[in-house]
Amino acid sequence: MQMRTIEIVVGTFLLAGLISLAILAVRVSGFTVNPDQQSYTIVAKFDNIGGLVVRSKVSIAGVIVGTVTEIRLDQRTFMAEVAMEINSEVDEISRDTTAAILTDGLLGGKFIGLSIGAEETYLKEGDEIYDTQSAIILEELIGKFLLNQF
Amino acid sequence: MISSLRRVGQHVLLLLSVLGRSGEIWFQAVWRRPRIAHAPLLIRQIYQLGVLSVVIVALSGFSIGAVLALQGYNQLVKYGSESALGLGVALVLVMEIGPVVTGLLFAGRAGSSVTAEIGLMKATEQLSSMEMIGVDPLQRIIAPRIWAGFISMPILSLIFCVVGIWGASLVGVDWLGVYEGAFWSAMQQGVDFNSHIMKGIIKSIVFGLVVTWIAVFQGYDAEPTSEGISAATTRTVVYSSVSVLVLDFFLTLVMFNF
Repeated sequence: MQMRTIEIVVGTFLLAGLISLAILAVRVSGFTVNPDQQSYTIVAKFDNIGGLVVRSKVSIAGVIVGTVTEIRLDQRTFMAEVAMEINSEVDEISRDTTAAILTDGLLGGKFIGLSIGAEETYLKEGDEIYDTQSAIILEELIGKFLLNQF
Repeated sequence: MISSLRRVGQHVLLLLSVLGRSGEIWFQAVWRRPRIAHAPLLIRQIYQLGVLSVVIVALSGFSIGAVLALQGYNQLVKYGSESALGLGVALVLVMEIGPVVTGLLFAGRAGSSVTAEIGLMKATEQLSSMEMIGVDPLQRIIAPRIWAGFISMPILSLIFCVVGIWGASLVGVDWLGVYEGAFWSAMQQGVDFNSHIMKGIIKSIVFGLVVTWIAVFQGYDAEPTSEGISAATTRTVVYSSVSVLVLDFFLTLVMFNF
């Protein structure tokens, strides 16, 4: 075959590789290309986070408004401190908002659901949500149920 | 007793000498500064090893993706969690099956032809006549093939994964009726670029290097007879398939921190 044709075919091959990589990145792993999306971080302390992990979603009324960015143990109170990034567009979350750890379906992953309160002041960068509700642990539920039974 | 010990020792020495020679060839070919004049040779080899393998890789990727979707759906639907189908298929393809099956296909499709080609060059004394006129066969014949394998394998593996996921979505979404949004969103939530896709790419690069190394060495080291070449071609396919599978285990062990 002509050298020039081979060059073109090989070029197409390399391009196909790049396109495949882009498809895998964007379509399969949901890699977002705009890192300058504005967001602010708020924290919340939970007694028990169950199976919450970093990158879990944060939602208000079922709409995803952010992600969990960091989970660590507060050594003084031995509570789990969860930092989450909230989209800047959602900037009117009142201070008395409740954060609860919920489960996506029966077998799905854990996520944080925020229920908005009534106050007129809003959460800003670094603020903390005080009213939290831990994950429902199935074993604890069963334990309570058994105790009530007998 | 003594004679069996001696035989074991002989085998070990033989193995070490093979390793030494192949390592030397590899370093000689790769570590020397590549010349710009050899670029057309590299392009021709990428065509031979990479482009000509695209069809078989894409076909295998499609059917493996489709069959994974079928089998996965059958199991997942029992628990009502068929929306996790996309996630499962994508993870399995990107981390394991993509690089491994592409490596095996690459060994069969490209490795064997490299061995046969170089073996025949040796049998017809093209290699020694090259040395005679002052052209280094390591640089002119071996190096472009090693580099071509190094470049082609990850691309082939990526193509395999993409076509496989497409096949899975055809079967899962369009045929079996998994909800499309759940299929893709579960996949996007569960698959991470750095910790899954990059590791798959690293695997495929390692497999590409190992397969071309074995193929090139077997050809270079083949006995210059027709039986010798056929034995070398067989050895290439056997050794490189086995080393892809064994290496996959160890790479998984190391990269996914167990």
